[in-house]
Amino acid sequence: MSDKKKKKLTPPQLEYQEFAQAREPKRPIVSNCIRAFFVGGFICVIGQGIQMFFVTYFHFSQESAGNPTVAVLIILTVLLTGFGVFDHIAQWAGAGTIIPVTGFANTMASAAIDHQSEGYVLGVGGNMFKLAGPVIVFGVFSAFVVSIVIIILRALGVM
Amino acid sequence: MEKFLWAFLVGGAICVIGQLLLDGLKLTPAHTTCTLVVIGAILGGLGLYDPLVKFAGAGASVPISSFGNSLVKGALKEFDSTGPIGVLTGIFQITSAGISAAIIFAFMGALIFRPKG
Amino acid sequence: MLQGHQTWVFKSRPTIIASAAVGGPHEAQGPLADDFDLLHEDIWLGQDSFEKAEKKLQEQACETTIKKANMKKEDIQFLMAGDLMNQTVPSSFAARTLGVPFLGLYGACSTSMEGLALGSLLVDSKFAKNVLVCTSSHNAASEKQYRYPTEYGAQKPPTAQWTVTGSGAALVTNYGDGPKVTTATIGRVIDMGLSDPFNMGAAMAPAAVDTIEAHFRDLKRDPSYYDVIATGDLGRVGHRIAGDLLKKHGLNIPEDIFTDCGILIYREDQPLVFAGGSGCACAATTTFGHFLNRMRKGEIKKILVIATGALLSPMSYQQKESIPSVAHAVSIEL
Repeated sequence: MSDKKKKKLTPPQLEYQEFAQAREPKRPIVSNCIRAFFVGGFICVIGQGIQMFFVTYFHFSQESAGNPTVAVLIILTVLLTGFGVFDHIAQWAGAGTIIPVTGFANTMASAAIDHQSEGYVLGVGGNMFKLAGPVIVFGVFSAFVVSIVIIILRALGVM
Repeated sequence: MEKFLWAFLVGGAICVIGQLLLDGLKLTPAHTTCTLVVIGAILGGLGLYDPLVKFAGAGASVPISSFGNSLVKGALKEFDSTGPIGVLTGIFQITSAGISAAIIFAFMGALIFRPKG
Repeated sequence: MLQGHQTWVFKSRPTIIASAAVGGPHEAQGPLADDFDLLHEDIWLGQDSFEKAEKKLQEQACETTIKKANMKKEDIQFLMAGDLMNQTVPSSFAARTLGVPFLGLYGACSTSMEGLALGSLLVDSKFAKNVLVCTSSHNAASEKQYRYPTEYGAQKPPTAQWTVTGSGAALVTNYGDGPKVTTATIGRVIDMGLSDPFNMGAAMAPAAVDTIEAHFRDLKRDPSYYDVIATGDLGRVGHRIAGDLLKKHGLNIPEDIFTDCGILIYREDQPLVFAGGSGCACAATTTFGHFLNRMRKGEIKKILVIATGALLSPMSYQQKESIPSVAHAVSIEL
């Protein structure tokens, strides 16, 4: 994508962009990755704990315990988002909070809470999926395509 | 105990992949999560994601990539039991809990909370 | 009158007889807090939406300015105002409250100087006895519109800036005592192909440089003429780029007079500020509050403020457009 764009830029523009890039603070990729690793891992550990809790005390199977686990993480995320704390944790943790299901829940909770001023139907209802929409649309569509491909491959005896 | 260690390591690793997409390729969070969901769907279709879940537990089931895997699993499961229409009826079967919970609790959040800015 | 290609010289030297700056909690913790007439503890201002709060900020800035000038709403002839919101709603609704003949403006974060230039033009050309110029911005409202919901957990890069929650207003007249608006240089829209909405500074710096060069070229002036040359909201990143770019083009602005409102308005260690302040209210509150106060005390006598605006919209960004920018320069002298 960046190559396509660079072709449309004029030489003075390219020159300026290099000039500007040399004077910009770089994103701290290494420290961001380290923090993402620890926070993401930590959230998954919490998830693992919740999962084992449901298996032990509520007699869920290993597989089906995933559902209430995700639900609990979602509730926790909505609370943290509502109390105005999640975005601060996320600024520090980056992908560590975006990638787990906490990120998905945060996109919906934050959009819903922000657009409450436009009413519940158009505001909350109409905007809730503003940021979560892409994940669902692309998830479903890619699952559809993958399923069709797998079905065909199975029918052909390849899989 | 070992389960927790692998959950931590695998979950953390998937998040690092996400961070590299964010900072290295300068993708937006939406593009990053979509990429991981699609990868999860592909791996799920190839039967490679479930072994990861068995091995790493929540380390593979909590990241958003497992959403893609669950969508494919649901579709194929329904296809196996009810035929081609199953692809459509089964897609949301496994993920229904997560999506419903997100909608319900996000809405409740909007009822209770005001944005802090 | 016109001088050079794009500069106006106001021979009658319209006077800013009063000005006001209103701010929010983040601004209250900044180094310029004492130069604000009104500071709020939260960004709601008792309203039920951020957009309504921004309208209130403008109303307060305007009403405070009118009061400081010992005038009434009915005495104001024209109001020129703008902001960052879609259809400049806060400005229109504040104008509804004030009931003054209204001209809406849009220059993104350059609106303050665009307004001051046009207001001074009306007064100097004797098409108005007084003009009230106002602009505002609101952090949460603009994040919601341009970027992400305010509670969304995206990680902002170090080039990001913090939109000022506040409003600045100035009353320009053809009489009275006060700092005088002497010239204005209207900027061209410059686009160097940058498209990252989290790095406005680098996108706007070329526009600032273009306008600054035009100003000194048209007036055949040297930068040392001024005591302070301040860009609007380039922030630490954009300001450095602008300074280096000016040097590269051979225009030397002494480091001790070249500054940026986005750098001045917040302390470097304030949370979430990253590269500095931005938003229409950044240049407006810093100029109409801090700089004018210093001039009234006689600490500085001649300033040049170059307000910079990034002319993107959420849709233009999604359609893979780059960010064009504009910068307007106004000189104010005692």
